[in-house]
Amino acid sequence: MPITGSCPAGKTSCKATKHQCACAPDQETDANNWAHAGYQMTELTALSIAQARAALAKRDFTAAELTDAHLAAMARARTLNAYVAETPERARAMAKVADARLAKGEARPLEGIPIAVKDLFCTAGVVTTACSRILDRFVPTYESKVTANLWGDGAVMLGKTNNDEFAMGSSNETSCYGPVISPWRRRDANADLVPGGSSGGSAAAVAACLAAGATGTDTGGSIRQPAAFTGIVGIKPTYGRCSRWGIVAFASSLDQAGPFARTVRDAAILLTSMAGSDSRDATCVEQPVPDYENAVGRSVEGMRVGIPKEYRVEGMSAEIEALWETGAQWLRQAGAEVIDVSLPHTKYALAAYYIVAPAEASSNLARYDGVRYGLRLPGRDIIDMYEKTRGEGFGKEVRRRIMIGTYVLSAGYYDAYYLRAQKVRTLIKRDFENCFEAGVDAILTPATPSAAFGIGEKSSGDPVEMYLKDVFTVTVNMAGLPAISVPAGLDGQGLPLGLQLIGRPFDEETLFSLGHVVEQAAGRFTPARWW
Amino acid sequence: MSVDANTVRKIARLARIAVPEEDVTHLQAELNAILAFVEQLAEADVADVEPMTSVIPMTMKERPDIVTERGDANAILKNAPVSDDHFFLVPKVVE
Repeated sequence: MPITGSCPAGKTSCKATKHQCACAPDQETDANNWAHAGYQMTELTALSIAQARAALAKRDFTAAELTDAHLAAMARARTLNAYVAETPERARAMAKVADARLAKGEARPLEGIPIAVKDLFCTAGVVTTACSRILDRFVPTYESKVTANLWGDGAVMLGKTNNDEFAMGSSNETSCYGPVISPWRRRDANADLVPGGSSGGSAAAVAACLAAGATGTDTGGSIRQPAAFTGIVGIKPTYGRCSRWGIVAFASSLDQAGPFARTVRDAAILLTSMAGSDSRDATCVEQPVPDYENAVGRSVEGMRVGIPKEYRVEGMSAEIEALWETGAQWLRQAGAEVIDVSLPHTKYALAAYYIVAPAEASSNLARYDGVRYGLRLPGRDIIDMYEKTRGEGFGKEVRRRIMIGTYVLSAGYYDAYYLRAQKVRTLIKRDFENCFEAGVDAILTPATPSAAFGIGEKSSGDPVEMYLKDVFTVTVNMAGLPAISVPAGLDGQGLPLGLQLIGRPFDEETLFSLGHVVEQAAGRFTPARWW
Repeated sequence: MSVDANTVRKIARLARIAVPEEDVTHLQAELNAILAFVEQLAEADVADVEPMTSVIPMTMKERPDIVTERGDANAILKNAPVSDDHFFLVPKVVE
């Protein structure tokens, strides 16, 4: 029963809280049940990508209706500040094309699926700022490879999402457009919480059903940490799996694109489309992309999952510790063998990261000089113009990181800092290689040391306090490995917590299989709508 | 290692970022907090360890040395803050 244009799914609100929406069954094997239930009882926006794909194929509703439902939800949720640019005209035009193809039976893999794009991805003709004043009014004339792949597969662009300025941050509080407010709140409280960062807008948009899925980038945890904070799935694929072409660069040896979605299956569907070779990114591999969806539901019987003892960090909450053990138990019950492993150089990962990432950032961000694009302030000479432009255009966190990077690369300090950090990086990677060589298929860890915190709670004073939030995620970027964050439970205050699974290079499939086991055991988590 | 106020001003200059004088003191404290944090790397034993150059083993791709995108001056200049007649304009750099 298709819904009509005047009421795009807006009348009934989703009452689901902790458990999955009654209107959005987890399995597409349930597709028949909900399809007959009638769409006026549901919100189209709560459907998973797999469900929407099946329903669009059957012409239960049109891509235009699905898009309009999302645009309406976005308009109602502006208080979350998840989107920094909405592109309704483009979305409707793309949906129209999708409907024409669906009608002709020529649907592509993501035909008509509405997607949000982190503002770090260049989108042709749509303002792209990395949420920095220095890219003020920048409108790319080209499209990033990853988003081009999505549109080539029929996806519909809803808009650009908020992020920490140049992806530097763990709470989405450094954006020049202001913080994103998480759709989640503590039980019986109404304080605004962070959605995590840096891809906070994408995570909030997907968690709040303002997009069926979204793109993110992950340099030190910027997909996995916000996914954990908002109760959704996020995967950082292996370095080189997705092209970095057209993505605003932060730290080129660490940056990778990846998807956000509400289910493991949806994340697999999106990554299959986003990944792939690209002659314009020298670090993007030529390997064929498997259909990751096939790995969802595959048996994990006999797989060996490592538990690294070094991740039992000081001050870790008992809740996180218990969740971790529960996760291991779920995998055991599914037939996996869970064993203790050691990653002895983990303790150096954060320190090495906060040398390597700022060093690469200081180099990458040298291009913002007020000459070719973005902000420009007048100066008495060209140096003065550079300095004034960059002093005005960069926010405090970005300025701090550029300065640290400049210092550690400067003459006399290079060996002590940068070279040493790159050697430590070799040791970190070797730790993982030793585990994998010993027959470990994946490693299970918590995704974050705590649940989401309040806006403003950690953003004052010591920058290192915020950096410590990335303790479980940065090692993965340092080693170039794939890792998925899957929602696994709620803390005592009713906020989502995630588990992370780390895999061998280019073995994202194992992560989707194991992640699905966690998802099946844990259920899904949906914030109660208050906005 | 820690930085003094003059070093902070020097780094800002190297990074081509105008830092107001009133920001120097707290920037110095923040940079020193970060430098103190990364100091722990000094204890790592990195003797005979090669620095990482490529996180995933890969051979650098090669391509024919030909122009693949013809210059579309209008597209290139589209986002220029100041331009004139297909040139980027900057303050005078030579006398």
